Amino acid sequence: MVKRSIVLVALVLAALVVVTLPAQSQAPIKIGVIEPLSGPVAASGSYIRMGAEIARDWINAKGGISGRKVDLLIEDNKSDPKEAASAAEKLIVRDKVPAIMGAWGSSMTLAAMPKLEEYGVPMVVETSSAASITKRGNPWIFRISPPSEMEALGLEQYVDKLGIKRVDFLAVNTDWGRGSITAFGDMLKKKGAAVGVAEFMDQAATDMNAQITKIKATGGDTLFLTTAVEQITLVMKQAQEQRLGRKIVTTGGSSSPTQLIKQAGAAAEGSYHIVFFMPWFPEAMPDGRLAKAFVDEWAKRGHPFEGLTEGFRGHDGIATIAEAIRVAGKDEPAAIRDALWKVSLMGVNGPIKFAKDGPAGKESGQSKPSIFIVQIRDGKVALPDFLAKK
Amino acid sequence: MEQLLQHLVNGLVLGGTYALLGIGLTLIFGLMNVVNFAHGEFYTLGAYAAFAALGWAGVDFFTAVLAAIAAGAALGWLCEVTLLRPLRSESIDTTMLVMIGVWIAMQNGELLVWGGVAKSIPHPFPTAPLVLGPVAIAPLRLFVLLIAAGLIAASWLLIQKTKLGRAMRATFQDRDTAALMGVGIGRIHAATFAFGSALAAAAGALLGPVFLAYPSMGDLASLKAFSVVILGGLGNLPGATLGGLLLGVAEELGAGYISSGYRDAVGFVIIILVLLFRPAGLFARQERIA
Repeated sequence: MVKRSIVLVALVLAALVVVTLPAQSQAPIKIGVIEPLSGPVAASGSYIRMGAEIARDWINAKGGISGRKVDLLIEDNKSDPKEAASAAEKLIVRDKVPAIMGAWGSSMTLAAMPKLEEYGVPMVVETSSAASITKRGNPWIFRISPPSEMEALGLEQYVDKLGIKRVDFLAVNTDWGRGSITAFGDMLKKKGAAVGVAEFMDQAATDMNAQITKIKATGGDTLFLTTAVEQITLVMKQAQEQRLGRKIVTTGGSSSPTQLIKQAGAAAEGSYHIVFFMPWFPEAMPDGRLAKAFVDEWAKRGHPFEGLTEGFRGHDGIATIAEAIRVAGKDEPAAIRDALWKVSLMGVNGPIKFAKDGPAGKESGQSKPSIFIVQIRDGKVALPDFLAKK
Repeated sequence: MEQLLQHLVNGLVLGGTYALLGIGLTLIFGLMNVVNFAHGEFYTLGAYAAFAALGWAGVDFFTAVLAAIAAGAALGWLCEVTLLRPLRSESIDTTMLVMIGVWIAMQNGELLVWGGVAKSIPHPFPTAPLVLGPVAIAPLRLFVLLIAAGLIAASWLLIQKTKLGRAMRATFQDRDTAALMGVGIGRIHAATFAFGSALAAAAGALLGPVFLAYPSMGDLASLKAFSVVILGGLGNLPGATLGGLLLGVAEELGAGYISSGYRDAVGFVIIILVLLFRPAGLFARQERIA
């Protein structure tokens, strides 16, 4: 009797295993996303979410990763570093995601980073520019956006053509803004430009007249502006009101020139913008076909065109994580991290491949993205004169 | 010197907007003793109401501002009647918690309706600045400053010189006695809250085009409004006006001559000093709350 019941139990267990095994391999692969979906930089985070959803749908339309669908679990960090850390904790502990993309702002990414190390989960950083992110010795960080130094080097070749002789800086008072001033300041000093004042503004500030008045008094020719598009709009309008009369160069790739044309109007005329995607001329991107397909899909979904310069980051981040899961052959955090070192793919921005950065033995991954500069001219986005084909 | 003049003009313009934000709050906070954390949301409401009136109803800018004021007053009245009226005999902490709830609900409602992307509100003024010697000022900002001054003066007259204003002051000094004298207490509470909210909405409709409209714009506005009320003294309209101007000029000069990274710190250091040495507010002659 005893023997028979053991056999029975064994049979039932075996049946359970047979039933659950395929079910488990069919369960969707979860990828966590942390973005600012409310707060002062909510627009940027929402666009990245839209781009991430396009990547997810494209992957799933092609049958997913080894037959498993991709599911995005999206958390709002409310443009607040504290919230970014708790969003990371929630995604890892409660939702058990094996990999995360995030968290837009450098301060938010830096706040989430200790959680990645604590629980051992990799994060692909899609936007943040502060150098410290890949220099801190966090081996779970893989960045596809350029740190400010890389951006500054990308601009170096154009400094003379832009006629930059005397610069001032105005930046958002965060890790991103402060890091950007150091990086561009060093590069410009090396190129022989004089550096005037470095002014800061709170992320939520709306009245920057004090800073503009101070900058006006230095008599420089160029203003480097580092913040998100909302504040760039306000600075441009207020600079026009005070007749600042400077060449403005925005850094960080979050300037959305199309939105500036709409909201700042004539105040944005003539300004230069460092961007990492040129949706106005997708054919000029490293993979013109992918870029064009992304722009078309974005339009088909009715997303606003001005969001494309942020939205591609979401696509590239999710595509990178999906590729790593495919290479790893399983959706486990440590395996995905190891696979991230091996991935080599084409994103909307261009080739994505990680090189080691930071202290030896605990390196973070840093890709070398493509960097572009565009100008707002006659109310349109154009290549600067010195780049335009004759 | 030229720079100092421009800084002072900037500071006055900025201070005027702070004063406009502060007077609505000082009425609600000072007279009604309601810590109105949702004040900034009525500011946001005003900006979006003006945006909607301009975009959907196609009215002109000035009508849109009036529509925003009406929307602010209507929602303020509703808020008082449905949420605050049942709690009138509760402590200040209870109503404060309710107002925090209103703040969160309104801000998320705005996010739901309008999305997170900032909206630019069109206005009929030229963008080229008016240049007076060494200083430049945008026509729109000058207009806002003038309207703010007008609204502040009108509010002061209403509180000090009209029968309604006298009933308001009587109600909040001693509710029972005022009721015995035939003042309709319920009506006065609702009217005061609606009036304060309408002023916040007016500020939003006027400043929306100067800046941008987005769901979290009210947070900064609330912060500045509370600063102004503390500087000026609770329920003190001239105090709120001077407090606003003082805060604007102090921030501007702090950013201009100390460090723009510590701009907001300058304002708060002043508030700490005021609380230490003149806890009833810089311009308070006496305690206004019974």
